Amino acid sequence: MRKHKRLTFVLALAALLAVTAGAAVAAKAPVLRMATTTSTDNTGLLDYLAPLFQKDTGIEIQWVSVGTGKALEYGRNGDVDVVLVHDPDAEKKFVADGAGVNRRQVMYNDFVILGPKSDPAGIKGMKVEDAMKKIGEKQAPFASRADKSGTHMAELKLWKAAGMGVPDKQNWYIQTGQGMLETINVAGERKGYVLADRGTFIKYEANFKGNPPLVIQVEGDPNLRNQYSVIAVNPSKWPGVKYDLALKYINWLGSPKTQKAIGDYKLMNKQLFFPNAKQ
Amino acid sequence: MDFLSEGFFQAFGLIFSGNEETWTTVLITLKLTALSMAATLLLGLPLGFLLGYFDFPGKRWVRMTVDTLLALPTVVVGLLVYAFISNRGPFGEWQLLFTIRGMAIGQTLLALPIVVALTASAIEGLDRRLRLTLLTLGADGRRLALSSLWESRYQVLLAAVTAYGRIIAEVGVSMMLGGNIKWHTRTITTAITLETGKGDFALGIALGLLLLSLSFVLNASLSLLRRRAES
Repeated sequence: MRKHKRLTFVLALAALLAVTAGAAVAAKAPVLRMATTTSTDNTGLLDYLAPLFQKDTGIEIQWVSVGTGKALEYGRNGDVDVVLVHDPDAEKKFVADGAGVNRRQVMYNDFVILGPKSDPAGIKGMKVEDAMKKIGEKQAPFASRADKSGTHMAELKLWKAAGMGVPDKQNWYIQTGQGMLETINVAGERKGYVLADRGTFIKYEANFKGNPPLVIQVEGDPNLRNQYSVIAVNPSKWPGVKYDLALKYINWLGSPKTQKAIGDYKLMNKQLFFPNAKQ
Repeated sequence: MDFLSEGFFQAFGLIFSGNEETWTTVLITLKLTALSMAATLLLGLPLGFLLGYFDFPGKRWVRMTVDTLLALPTVVVGLLVYAFISNRGPFGEWQLLFTIRGMAIGQTLLALPIVVALTASAIEGLDRRLRLTLLTLGADGRRLALSSLWESRYQVLLAAVTAYGRIIAEVGVSMMLGGNIKWHTRTITTAITLETGKGDFALGIALGLLLLSLSFVLNASLSLLRRRAES
């Protein structure tokens, strides 16, 4: 009896390992790996584009959505084939360092400062530098991504433009270290302010069925432009990287058909991203 | 507060509506857990036996190290394994990052100390006369090990169940090594982290209940097997 039990156990184990190994090895569509930001993922844009890309090219795209900083790090390590991020300064360094090639602008939207409807710091409609200064003076709670993401880097630039240092140790400055929606939610809980991209804000608004705790208080400033670009990981640095697939993706993103699809992506009837790839 | 009850009802909806995303997440979780548990037991039981059975210089230090590793934070393990399997690391060629196999490596490292420590304790707790009896009956090394493990099978089972608990509940390793990729490496726990991060607490609760139900089904089956074996 015991012999049978042992045999059954070994057979079951072998079957399990075979199934797992088989599933792992089974070749399906070619796979392109991307590291991208939380704003492109949380808004649902990537889920919307992925099936279109697979239909047009037969390539399956898989992505990890982390902050821009971490995405570029994955690119530097050759863990992914392509990155889609929004920190132009970091991107230019990424290319200059030889980590990436074929950088192409894809789309933009803008950053907005969100705050409670009651606007306790009274910043509505101000210019962005004045608004940041006032938030600092009033010591209003301000939630920061604090994770080297594109949004975080933009926020740091704004503190500088306002003539202030980063309020690192101030207890009204909440450094979450997390993604965009998480950080907006933290600001909502603390009845404070946060810098967000318009796309994620619209998604946040949709989550609350049009009646969110935080609304746009400052927008439209030229300093608030948010540009997204796609970059292929340098194949001469990482020969194993799927450069041909990455190129196909970059060209596909910039093609007139896809650019139109990006512009057509709406939540609550509002456009989230504005295509601007140079043809 | 109402997201708790909302989550409770949503859990039933998820299970019975056959939501494709949810079922894929469950499947990935089961695949990953099975792979990790298999590796953990295959490595951990022999190691645990050796640690428990033999006396050797430095045994106490080894035992202390194993016990300390019981408290390994999951993110630390994730980071360590990432260093090895990233394209930049020594095993980068094997393309293990962002796959279930890569995640399983990390989870196995987490669970191994549990199985080794508890199995060693179980073996040490066996009646000393068992060894002599088995030897006089002509048992060789392998038979001796298997018989000893069989004699302490309930403690070994407990070790396995504890290791399973550690594996299925962890997030740090799965997130770091799997990347939480939809349809491919998103497990129940990484999905919960994502959804609660996006503010969908009800869905987080629902998925949590789903995970607990899986564990309950497993433990109920084990309990049933135990009862059958005892009778």
